[in-house]
Amino acid sequence: MSARREVAIVSYAQTSFAPHTKLNDAELVMEAVTAALERAQLPRKQIGFCVSGSSDYLTGMPFSFVGALDAVGAWPPIQESHVEMDGAWALYEAWVRLLHGDIDTALVYAFGRSSLGDLQDVLVAQLDPYYLAPLGVDPNSLAALQARALLDTGRASERDFAEVATRCKRTAGGAPLDAPYVVSPLRAHDCPPVNDGAAAIVLAAGDRARALCKRPAWIRGIDHRIEAHSLGARDLTRSSSTTLAAVEAGVHTAPIEIAELHAPYSHQELIVKEALQLGDGVRINPSGGALAANPLMVAGLARIGEAAQQILDDNARRTLGHATSGPCLQQNLVCVMEASS
Amino acid sequence: MSDGGADDKIEIVKGFIAPVRLRYTVNAGRASSRFLRGLTEGRILGQRCPVCHKVNVPPRGACPTCGVPTEEDVQLGEVGTVTTFCIININFDAKARELPYAAASIVLDGADTTLFHLIQEVPVAKVRMGMRVRAVWAAERGPSLESIDHFKPAGEPDAPYDSYKDHL
Amino acid sequence: MNRCAVVGIGQTRHAQKRTDVSIAGLCREAALRALEDAELTFRDIDAVVLGKAPDMFEGIMMPELYLADALGAVGKPMIRVHTAGSVGGSTALVAAHLVQAGVRKRVLAVAFEKQSESDAMWALSPKLPFQPPLMAGAGGYFAPIIRAYMKRSGAPDEVGMLVAVKDRLNALKNPYAHLQMPDITLDTVRASPMLWDPIRYLETCPSSDGACAVVLTDEDGGRRAARKPAWLWGAAMRSEPTMFSGRNLVDPRAGRDCAADLYAQAGITNPRQEIDVAELYVPFSWFEPMWLENLGFAEQNQGWRLTADGVTALDGDLPINPSGGVMSSNPIGASGLLRFAEAALQVRGLAGAHQVDGAKVAMGHAYGGGSQYFAMWIVGSEPR
Ligand SMILES: [Zn+2]
Repeated sequence: MSARREVAIVSYAQTSFAPHTKLNDAELVMEAVTAALERAQLPRKQIGFCVSGSSDYLTGMPFSFVGALDAVGAWPPIQESHVEMDGAWALYEAWVRLLHGDIDTALVYAFGRSSLGDLQDVLVAQLDPYYLAPLGVDPNSLAALQARALLDTGRASERDFAEVATRCKRTAGGAPLDAPYVVSPLRAHDCPPVNDGAAAIVLAAGDRARALCKRPAWIRGIDHRIEAHSLGARDLTRSSSTTLAAVEAGVHTAPIEIAELHAPYSHQELIVKEALQLGDGVRINPSGGALAANPLMVAGLARIGEAAQQILDDNARRTLGHATSGPCLQQNLVCVMEASS
Repeated sequence: MSDGGADDKIEIVKGFIAPVRLRYTVNAGRASSRFLRGLTEGRILGQRCPVCHKVNVPPRGACPTCGVPTEEDVQLGEVGTVTTFCIININFDAKARELPYAAASIVLDGADTTLFHLIQEVPVAKVRMGMRVRAVWAAERGPSLESIDHFKPAGEPDAPYDSYKDHL
Repeated sequence: MNRCAVVGIGQTRHAQKRTDVSIAGLCREAALRALEDAELTFRDIDAVVLGKAPDMFEGIMMPELYLADALGAVGKPMIRVHTAGSVGGSTALVAAHLVQAGVRKRVLAVAFEKQSESDAMWALSPKLPFQPPLMAGAGGYFAPIIRAYMKRSGAPDEVGMLVAVKDRLNALKNPYAHLQMPDITLDTVRASPMLWDPIRYLETCPSSDGACAVVLTDEDGGRRAARKPAWLWGAAMRSEPTMFSGRNLVDPRAGRDCAADLYAQAGITNPRQEIDVAELYVPFSWFEPMWLENLGFAEQNQGWRLTADGVTALDGDLPINPSGGVMSSNPIGASGLLRFAEAALQVRGLAGAHQVDGAKVAMGHAYGGGSQYFAMWIVGSEPR
């Protein structure tokens, strides 16, 4: 295979990830996209490819991504695509498209308003429609099954969960172990908040990236893998798909300084960290991660954006962004970024 | 390969009912909220794009072609032109409607995009492209397009094709 | 950019309700046929791309999660595409992009719809205050556009009926097609109920359960393919907003631009002469002449003449939808991929009873939303 074209993140922007927004999807996207393009000093009409990630089930409306297109200014008509997934997978699609060589820039955005429905009900619709969804198992309970399995291996304790929560949520008084369980063994501090929001990333290739940005975050490797859906068919205490994606993305070829992990539940950070074989010297989730703010369909893209921002801001030379999808970390994406080319 | 056929010995399950009920709170956003408030007050509001100056209705907070936020509200006329239409002979609505009925794309005076709405108070066979129509407000108004009950003939001469051919 | 070949194609029998299979079973029926055609197994596949229209059609949020096992994707990358009605086409393009970029060697693209599992009318009709207070279905949206085309072009009323008959007669030669209407004539179409005037019942597509799958490979895979492959000559997608001032719904610019990009990639300067057969996304019969113009097969307002003169018939000079098209089978999410797959079958010479003699260059076309999302490809019997 010939040498791949170099692709970099040249800007990242997000809306505030509030518990409830007054904006609609197009207005949210407008805010994030406008900020990302302004940071890159890239006019809308020069975007080569545009791709977004979102889910109709959050809005409760079919084709919800169609209205969000208003924020992009798709005229004259644009090259555009959409994944019904977290925006991290949209970023993957944009990276693939830029490798073709005929276009030099891409806009990626994601949006989601988790506050419109009750996520504990909505996410049940994500399960096997014949064997699992009719049981109505909510996402907190599924995560609790996974957390219990992890405790039973002896590789982690509830205190370890609380330490993750304390660091990510930065709440006054920390994460007390005498707090009641939401679903045993998970306490409120172990579970993600409900958030609305949008995020946008501008990608550019080769010299275009250098022209748009003083210090681009070059994508050194990106890969994603999926596991079996059935919880009984996998070891819930390991994330084999993360490990596989990490190897493909070249995580271990040099030390990672900062990692942004998409771990909506505190125990999941431990599982993902272990799957990535990140040493203790790696700073995990300085942004607070998904435990601090978890706008569905956006949180994964935001992890990559936050990890890229650390390079754009000259805080780090090599960072990692991770995104997850599905119950109990079923699907995972790993993106490794570096400062110089 | 089989064509999806089942083993003869097994009675195949062809379905079961798994009811789903999900509740959502609609959040219209800034621009749509202003539009819906306007309807409550008996006004049809569009928004003008600061770049191309076109007036979009219903407004969605962004100019779809320029990709910029729209802020300036513009009150539109209650009279407009039918650009094109269809006559519907089947009921899709929960509340039964008398068939057939006409639904039309209407470009309101002062607007640059079309609204889709009902045409009534005229036999369906008389509905035509270029027809001038007027909004008829519902007895009770709320934050909904149902505040406009329907459009009726405005009693004006038809608009020439050239005046609305760019709205098809 | 790397070359890409279509080496395996599979589809299900399409029917109003496929209660004999689960959603996974439906997808596997298509996927296994595609693999069988390619003489490959799931093990040989590097990545899976899944496409379908809104999740609410089946009542499953992000069904790729549940389908990962059934589609042999475990341990592999899996992407879920959704670009409204064009999604089947976009699914093929996203899969092709992976191969063209040199990221994956063998990719399985699958698209499906199984509306019988849920209530699609419910899915399409949430009660929202900013939408008009009348539910008129897709026909209510597209009928006014057809009326505008009829007025603009002066096409006789019969053109829509000609397409309705032609596509259903073609479907009789396609064992997978949903509608099998051997007795259809212009008179039965004319006599069928006028649903959304000017659209008659028999001038609309059915609603089907069904799936389609294709296996795409790099050049090496194409050269070593078990059967004759189809070679990708061009692939393009374009989108434009739903509503804006001056929007031309009859002849959307996104469709024109998409075709222009496609022809440039494929080195085609005269599509009418250089393309042997096309599978176009025609959910209402009148869209055949409209797309013929939009795609540059005919001058503006002249597309209907190709239909009226029999040019688009199976034995015509430019056969359109020899498979019977969307008018005969419409598993929405899969409909676009079916167009792409049928185009590839034609240049592979494997289309069976609906094969167009000597087809060497074929086009697959899909559109969605309010005529605003377009996905197209051109495939050839030889690499370009
Ligand atoms: Zn504008």
